[in-house]
Amino acid sequence: MNKALVIAEHFQGKLNAATAKCLSCAQTLGEVQIDIALLAADGAAAAAEAAALPGVARVLLLERPENNEALAAVWAPQVAALAANNYTHLLGPSTTFGKDLMPRVAALLGVGQISDVMAVESAYRFRRPVYASNAIITVEAPAGRIVVATVRIASFQPAAGGGKAPIERVQVEAVLPTHTRFVSRSAAHADRPDLQTAARVVSGGRALASAENFKLLYQLADALGAAVGASRAAVDAGYAANELQVGQTGKIIAPELYMALGISGAIQHLTGIKDARTIVAVNKDSEAPIFEVADIGLVGDLFQIVPELERLIRARSAS
Amino acid sequence: MSPILVGIKRVIDYSVRVRVKPDGSGVVTDGVKMSINPFDEIALEEALRIRERNLANEVIAISIGPAEAAQQLRTALAMGADRALLVQVEQPVEPLTAAQIFLNLVQKYQPQLVILGKQAIDDDNGQTGQMLAALWDRPQATYASKLELDGARARVTREVDAGLDTIEIDLPGVVTTDLRLNEPRYIKLPDIMKAKKKPLDVTSMAELGVAAPAHGIRTLKYDSPAVRSRGVMVKDAAELVAALQQRGIL
Repeated sequence: MNKALVIAEHFQGKLNAATAKCLSCAQTLGEVQIDIALLAADGAAAAAEAAALPGVARVLLLERPENNEALAAVWAPQVAALAANNYTHLLGPSTTFGKDLMPRVAALLGVGQISDVMAVESAYRFRRPVYASNAIITVEAPAGRIVVATVRIASFQPAAGGGKAPIERVQVEAVLPTHTRFVSRSAAHADRPDLQTAARVVSGGRALASAENFKLLYQLADALGAAVGASRAAVDAGYAANELQVGQTGKIIAPELYMALGISGAIQHLTGIKDARTIVAVNKDSEAPIFEVADIGLVGDLFQIVPELERLIRARSAS
Repeated sequence: MSPILVGIKRVIDYSVRVRVKPDGSGVVTDGVKMSINPFDEIALEEALRIRERNLANEVIAISIGPAEAAQQLRTALAMGADRALLVQVEQPVEPLTAAQIFLNLVQKYQPQLVILGKQAIDDDNGQTGQMLAALWDRPQATYASKLELDGARARVTREVDAGLDTIEIDLPGVVTTDLRLNEPRYIKLPDIMKAKKKPLDVTSMAELGVAAPAHGIRTLKYDSPAVRSRGVMVKDAAELVAALQQRGIL
């Protein structure tokens, strides 16, 4: 029997959708008992959400004032202490939160870490992308030692159905460092659908040519109830904020609909959208590589097509 | 003042379309252009800028890789690193082993900062910096888009999913770089000549006293990814909306 511990990601009292996807991954580990660990200063609300997920044995709530911000240096010794309780697997999401934390925990536990698990072949054998998803490798972790991994959340559906796991308040013996301190956060788009979990994403590239023009995208996104994304070129040019970047070194997403507007489709960008259900591409260059992967392609001028699309979609939802 | 250590990994150039070998034993590297991992170039640029502000006395470029990685270290020296060290290995090492090698070097050089790329674009692991910070029991500031030094502290702005976080760390510590931290400089011809005279030492894991793990994570095989096929082309916005409707998306 395997025993898995999933590290919950949460923000402002709400559980991040990545947690339910990690849970789905954990549920493919064969015969397995799954606990969720939630570290927080005040985590009751998020813990209640975690307890309502299906197939969870226990939610371990570790509250300490120092856990108010998810600082890897502060959280890692606590997670390592929890993991030492006979867990065979320790999973976190492949988000900036999980990618920051989990390698630190693995090193404290003296084991390697598997990044971006996209499929579980057995409890110790996993598939993961390398070279910007131009190759998929099968890796094997040593049996008899804890497996520490991050889960590529675009590869898993959130665990569905309800549950009613008990919430246990726990404490661990861990000396927490004071050498790392949170200062501030700026989140520019907190009012919009979350890029990583949105069902629809409208994404813009360098062809938008200015931050001002990027507003066209926001209007179309509003009409669709979509999140907004961007190519690296658009972010580097200052047209869009860094947290909107989709691709190998940005966010890996799997929406139902991905609309690539004025994005040529560099390999590094395509890595981020491979699992989208439907890809729509609009580009004035009919040779753009994005058309090789698009389900629906349209060659033409963005500045005419995008407002027209918005008008048609609004007219449709009004009728 | 103390030095800054920078990691320089030799990887397949970002512009190469990587292909899996037919026998699944790896990816095609014959005749393929190799470069410094782009995030490591950003790490080196940041270290050079700190030294140029007289906040560090030396920038040491370190690579863990095959003998050929000396080429990337020469490039790092031409960019402005003061000296370089190649830890020569026959097979690629796991991030945990790389972190153990860096820990060994940190104890030797006593740097104020170790700056590494947030990930290497070959294995896409993104672990070494965090693991080094854990083993060293020092702070980590990953995904840095801004780095300000203030005596014994650093203030680092980090690119995270929610936006930008700013944290303060006590030095020494580990910083890993994101894309927007800086734009690496171009190398001028005289710098390439000068770099030939700079010290590039070669050592081994055995000399450093670091052993590969007895129970590592093994790569069993490489597969090509599933490819998406080309879809349909439409001629205007109205057809596009109709196609989306037909697929049940609208």
